[in-house]
Formats: sequence, C-alpha cells, structure tokens
Amino acid sequence: MQQRVIACTSCHGAHGEGSPDNVLVPRLAGKPAGYLLQQLEYFQSGQRRHAPMEYVVRQLSPAYLGQIADYFSQQDLPYRRWPVPAVSVETMRRGEQLVLHGDPDRAVPSCVSCHGAKLTGVQPMMPGLAGLSYGYLSAQLVSWRSHTRAAEGPYCMGVVANRMRESDITAVSAFLASRNPLADMHPAPASAQTTPLPGWCVMGQSGVNP
Amino acid sequence: MKWRRRGAWLLALLVLIVLIGGLAWWNVGRNHQQPSSPAQRVADAAALHDPVWIKRGEYLATVGDCAACHTARGGRPYAGGRSLATPFGDVPAPNITPDPGTGIGQWSFDDFWRALHDGKGRQGELLYPVFSYTSFTKVTRDDALAIFAYLKSLPPVNQPDLPTGLDFPYSLRSSLLAWRALYFKPGVFQPDPAKSETWNRGAYLVQGLGHCNECHAARDSLGGIRKNQHLTGGQIPQLAWYAPDLSTQSGGGLAGWRAQDIVDLLKTGQSARGTAFGPMADVVRLSTQHMTEADLQAVATYLQSLPPPTPATSPAPFKRAASADRGGKLYAKNCADCHGMDGHGVAGIYPPLDGNTSVTEPTGINAIRSVLLGGFAPATAGNPTPYSMPPFAQQLNDDDIAALVNYIRQSWSNQAGAVQPAAVSQYRHTPVD
Repeated sequence: MQQRVIACTSCHGAHGEGSPDNVLVPRLAGKPAGYLLQQLEYFQSGQRRHAPMEYVVRQLSPAYLGQIADYFSQQDLPYRRWPVPAVSVETMRRGEQLVLHGDPDRAVPSCVSCHGAKLTGVQPMMPGLAGLSYGYLSAQLVSWRSHTRAAEGPYCMGVVANRMRESDITAVSAFLASRNPLADMHPAPASAQTTPLPGWCVMGQSGVNP
Repeated sequence: MKWRRRGAWLLALLVLIVLIGGLAWWNVGRNHQQPSSPAQRVADAAALHDPVWIKRGEYLATVGDCAACHTARGGRPYAGGRSLATPFGDVPAPNITPDPGTGIGQWSFDDFWRALHDGKGRQGELLYPVFSYTSFTKVTRDDALAIFAYLKSLPPVNQPDLPTGLDFPYSLRSSLLAWRALYFKPGVFQPDPAKSETWNRGAYLVQGLGHCNECHAARDSLGGIRKNQHLTGGQIPQLAWYAPDLSTQSGGGLAGWRAQDIVDLLKTGQSARGTAFGPMADVVRLSTQHMTEADLQAVATYLQSLPPPTPATSPAPFKRAASADRGGKLYAKNCADCHGMDGHGVAGIYPPLDGNTSVTEPTGINAIRSVLLGGFAPATAGNPTPYSMPPFAQQLNDDDIAALVNYIRQSWSNQAGAVQPAAVSQYRHTPVD
C-alpha cells in the first residue's frame, strides 16, 4: 500500500506523518479512519476545496478510498512539535479559555466538548486537534468561516468558526499548537463520547436550530 | 485602418447572423420532423416499460457516457446541474431524469429522437453542439429508444437547469443555423458492406454514441470540426489537455498499439503502452470499463483500421533542448525509480515513457500537466487499487519541470519538440476541473 499511495505521501510524509516543511499539509497518520474517508469523499464532491487534493482523489472508487483511509489511520508514528508564533500572554489565555471552556457569551462551545477530552479526537469520525500546526489549524478555521471547507449537516464548524472573533482564530490555533504531544495521542474510543453531540451542533447552515 | 476594416467585417458578420437568425425563426416552426406513425408509437410505448429495453438502454447510456455531463459534481445522476465551459461561454447540461417540471418527464420519444438525431429541443429550438449531436445523430432509432426507456425509468429528480451563460452573439440560438450548415449533417450510421461486422460495430460505437471525435479532433475558431478531421487529435477546448490522434499505424498518434493494448486501456485504465489520465481517466472510469469485451474488441478493430494523419507541414527538424543535462539529473532523482532509467516503466504498474504517445504528443501539454498534477490511474474493476504518481507542482519550479519534460520528450526513441518554462507556468494556473 505504501508504494500505491505515493501521490499522497510525497506531500503528507512517507507514512502520512505530515510534511516536514509545509505547515499547511496536515498529518494523516493515526487520524480516525471514518474522518479520513469523509474528507476524501468531500474532496471528490467539492464540499472541501483544494485543487491538488481534488485532482488526486478524482479517479478513486469508494472502496479504494476506504482502504487508503484505513491505511493512514493505522500508521502509528511519534508526533512532532511545531513552532508557535509569538503571541501575547493574553492571547494564549484567551485560546486556553476557548479550547477548554468555550465562550458562552458568543455561544461558542469548547473544543474539548467534541474533539475529545485530550483533544486527540474520538473514533470513528472526530479528528484530533492535538499535534497540528498553527498554520494548518488557523487555515482550517478560516476555511470554515469562508465555506471553502464544508460538511453535511450538522454544520457545526462553519457555525462555530463564524461565531468566533477573527482574533480568536489566532488564539485557539496558537494555544492548540503550543501544547506538548501527549504520551498517548490515539483517538479516544467511540464509547468516550457518552452524550450525543451537544444540542447546539444540530443546526442548519444559517446557525439556527431547525 | 486594419482594425477599422476588421470592425467592418465583424459588423457584416453580425448582420449576416441576424439575417440567418430571422430565417431560422421563420423556419424552425415549420421544420418539425414527421411524427411517428400511430402503430410505431404503440410499439415505442411498449418498449418504454420493457425491462429488456431498459437494461439495454442503461448499457448504451453508459457507453455514451451521458452521466458525465448530465450530472453535477457530487449531484444526483442525470439530474443536470453541471455547467460546461466552452470558448463561447458556459452551457448548462440539463436535467434528463423524468421529472415532469424540470426534467424530461413530459417528453415523448419523438422529442428525444429529435434532440439526439437532429440537435433540436422540444420546442424545435436549435441545441448548442456542446451536446454532441454531431456524433449522436449516427445512433440508430432502436438504440435511442432503449436509452430513452432507461432515462424514463430513473427516479425523477426535481432540479431546475442552470441559466445559460453564453456570450453574444452565441447567446442567440439562431446563430446555430450557420454553424449547423458548416459542421452538422444528420444521418444514422450506414454500415460499410465491404467491412466486417466487428469493424462496423466499432465504427458505429466510435463515431456515434462514443462520440470520441468530439475530443480527439481539432476544433476551428468557430468550435466546429472540419469534415476531414476524423480522430486526428487536438487540444480539448477549455480543458487544456491534448487528445491524441487515434491511428495505430505508422505515423499515427497511437503508432504501435496492438488491439489488446486498446482493449486493456479502455477496460482497466492501463495498457502496456500507456495509462489513461486527465479527461480520458474519467471516460474509462465512468464509461468504457463497463463495455463488453466484444464491443471493446470492435472499437479496437476499427481504430486499427484508421490511416495515419497526413502531415500538413513537415515537422520542424529535431533539436535537443539545451537543458538536457539538468533534465537528466532531475529524471534520475524524481522519475527513474518508477519509470526506469530506460523509460520502460514497470509492466502493469507504471507506464513506459519511451514511445508513449502522451509524452510525445505535439503540444507537450499532457506531459507538463501530468508532472504537475501526478495522481492515480482510474480505479476500475480490472485495476481496483491503482498505483499513483506524486504531483510535482509543489516540489519543482517552472524551469525544472520544463527541463524534466524536455528530457522525457527527447530521450530514448522520443523526438518531440521542446516546451518552455512559460508553458509550465500557464498550466500551473489552469483549474483542474
């Protein structure tokens, strides 16, 4: 399989560990298989836009996409640390607040409420946020805001990202990227998500509960 | 002065178009085809509900690759919603599910036949030839009926068509009257009794439903294909890929391809001579991989009979690019692991580059874009988990890619013209879809 997917690994690293020098090319290794498959499908349907990715996945069958997603989800490699831009103590504190507790005044939920208590994701669909670079995290939040990244309803991230202040994107991304990799970076088992996704998540694109 | 003269010509052309338009307006209403006889209509109606006809129509619609245009990306099959870019503006592919309001739910077979065979809509309006009726006119009435039966059997999808986005004067449908006089001759395929049944089946599929010539021939400035241009290759408008000449004979665009190579490529996406990529990978994945062995053999038989194109001008004398050394080093580092220093590739996995007609096609577009974009061969039943090629757009600059492409185009037995770094830059900014 490693040889078959060289179109993926030439950018995402030999085992999907992420690009060594391009912060915008994310790690694939160890992400939940369901999440990876969904993203591949979104690149095929155009719900997620990035021309090189859209071209690479275009000719693949659903079955092969599933095999590729499984392959990268099973790669188990150490995480690296990313450089973090110099931000003020205040910004870092705002980031921590949003990541761990959210901002009830703006109806922004905390990251941990969905992405796992340790932010390593939850099987089978929820991606981890730990171990991602500042550049990738902030670019994704901007993409959610501007709808170049989308998802089938519930449209949580598009709504959440648009409720955040622009400066919150910096704060959240900087705080997440500044954390040291944990000893165990594996996504939490599906059973860890004890309650269904919070009620605020069930809403249409306008952000209004249906 | 020159410009003023050109302006006068344009004005004259416009006046002519408007005159022809008036003529067309007057003509269209009177030009309805003779409707089918009552007995014929009863037989047609029975076929529309016959599972055997519907099944046959499904196969033929797949051979015709109707869904490729009539389906939006990520959308419901055959429900339209895809906008097709042409040099004259965008033409939306309509919804052809049997929805009564937005699809073909109210169409009779006579309506469908007139569209496919005569290139005219339900109200007699002239259809834009991005709908390839120039080829589909060769489809037999029975095959058209089977396709119509299949389309009528689909679940109806309520999805209004996108608005047409054509520039003036192309936005006037009457401007098509002149175009049709130049480039369109309605008529069902007539078998050649001197040729075998297999050859005739292949010619019918290639010239008709397969509509191969719509990409594999050059278009002139009015977007038409001249009568003598049959499968002689050309750049695909708006897509920035080159569809090669399809003759397998000496001097042809597929010189040296055996019948089995053609069958393999259409069936699996790969062959000993090359791999399908770009728009042809779509064609293989959506259409040709589903064709029967007999039909693929027929296509191969027909293509093998095509004469090579007669070169209009003698090719420029071969001149090796000055960057050959640099290109060779880049090749050894980035390409040789898979394609081999000898350019022979690995059978069944990586295509050869030596003698590969996609590498040596006249423009160099295909080689440039393949290096820039990389990607997978199409996943097919015959090759479900294809190998892939890295995209080099993120790794190599324009000069390096030009040097590399020129090395590939001018090594081993390849003797193609050099490409310039500016061309790499141009295709780097070409949208992928």
